[in-house]
Amino acid sequence: MMDQSDHRLTPAIEFKRVYKYYDDKPVLKDISFSVRRGETKIILGGSGSGKSTILKLIVGLFKPDEGEIWVDGEEISSYRETKLMEVRKKIGMVFQEGALFDSLSVFENVGYRLHEQGELDDDEIYPLVRKTLGFVNLEDAIEKMPAELSGGMRKRAAIARSLVGNPKIMLYDEPTAGLDPITARTINELVIKLRDLEGVSSVFVTHRLKDASTMANEYLGHERGTLRFLKDEESNLCLVNTRFLMLKDGEIIFDGVHENLRRSQDEYIRKFLS
Amino acid sequence: MENISSRPTFFLQEWVLEIQNLSILGVNALLNLFRRPLYIREAFEQMDSIGVGSLTITSLTGFFTGAVLTLQTAKSLSSFGAVAATGQLVSVALVRELGPVLTAVVVAGRIGSGIAAELGSMIVSEQIDAMRSLGTDPIKKLVTPRVFASIAMVPLLTILCVFIGIMGGLFVAYSILGISPTLYLTSSYDELSYSDLVQGLVKPPAFGFILSLVGCYCGLRTYGGTQGVGRSTTQSVVSSMILIFVADFFLTRLLLHVL
Repeated sequence: MMDQSDHRLTPAIEFKRVYKYYDDKPVLKDISFSVRRGETKIILGGSGSGKSTILKLIVGLFKPDEGEIWVDGEEISSYRETKLMEVRKKIGMVFQEGALFDSLSVFENVGYRLHEQGELDDDEIYPLVRKTLGFVNLEDAIEKMPAELSGGMRKRAAIARSLVGNPKIMLYDEPTAGLDPITARTINELVIKLRDLEGVSSVFVTHRLKDASTMANEYLGHERGTLRFLKDEESNLCLVNTRFLMLKDGEIIFDGVHENLRRSQDEYIRKFLS
Repeated sequence: MENISSRPTFFLQEWVLEIQNLSILGVNALLNLFRRPLYIREAFEQMDSIGVGSLTITSLTGFFTGAVLTLQTAKSLSSFGAVAATGQLVSVALVRELGPVLTAVVVAGRIGSGIAAELGSMIVSEQIDAMRSLGTDPIKKLVTPRVFASIAMVPLLTILCVFIGIMGGLFVAYSILGISPTLYLTSSYDELSYSDLVQGLVKPPAFGFILSLVGCYCGLRTYGGTQGVGRSTTQSVVSSMILIFVADFFLTRLLLHVL
């Protein structure tokens, strides 16, 4: 039993004093934070503040110049590519523009991971892909090519692709950017669903404040026997499993829950929130 | 402070670094042929696009090169009264040198640039990152099949190019110069030795390797959006052509020494 509690205490993701430079120019300076199991960390910040870089460090696409990165209890910054492949199996990443493979159909894109593992044949993969696409309301597009999809559909397909294999850690790189409010809301709800039903730990990069407030104030719960999104307007409920990280020029200027973010006296944060 | 990039040694360093990275990619691409998983379907798709896709362009190149070579050679030989040897000179030149080099250059322009543009766009749209995050090694999935297909198909295209070149020469020799087809063909066939054929068949796989590898390398190091894709494409054609000519010189020197 000890092992299990230990496992639960290990953060899903932890950064310890991480620095990253591009051509001698620092993009991340002394970044330390952790994402606990089942927690959603929302990273806010203007463009060029190093938000996407953090995600790419977590999947090991980049290596930090200094510091340690722990993913699920493993220090990955010294790992070679073959070992990183094992770590990546636990992680699903949604890229900014979706990054669907445009030579493959939606079915092949979403089933990519299963197809590559080579354990299942197409007939077995098909129902799994369909089910995952159902999760993002995209079953009808299964035979389409990425070029035939709208921006929002492409992003939802990308989310479906990263969900295959039930990763315990999800990373979203501005999944709502450039989408209409309704589609953006669907994506927010999806992230909440994963947080509250599946206990997925996630990092959600965004600069839309609406995303932040939706995810910090709404939760999936039972009401009269059905699951629905609930929100406590009166007491301004603040969820502790959704925390915020605010970046400015590669440095963390805020780390905490929504309530504290709103009450912050920092000038940049106030400007950002207004 | 002195600007590092203005020092002459900086360019040399950059250059050595590029060659080193290119070699590492080349070695990895070849080693992957013996590592699982093997992407056989991708390799066949690439063989189709590189091989079948380049049939027309190599045939046309071969035909007109053979034709013009025959015109020029016959003109020069006529001053020695040796027009009968036209077929021999044309076939030897095509088999040993022009066939392999021209095919490689034409394929580099068509395929090498295409590879660079495709991989470059995949880099720019984060598809390569996505591939890595989904647990696939892009070198295995993208580079190795292309390099393999190119090594396999460029020799076949070269053979076709040389054959059509000799036929083009025959056409011109008969219709314009009035040389008898039998004379032309016998002289081209009789004077070809095994050493000519070996030279003509060793070079194409090497060139195929170079052009696909440079295409992949330039594509994978793309940066800076769509503009970067254009830059990579141009660079891949320029670099692979230069490398093909340089490799041709050294291979010729080596083969002449050995054979």
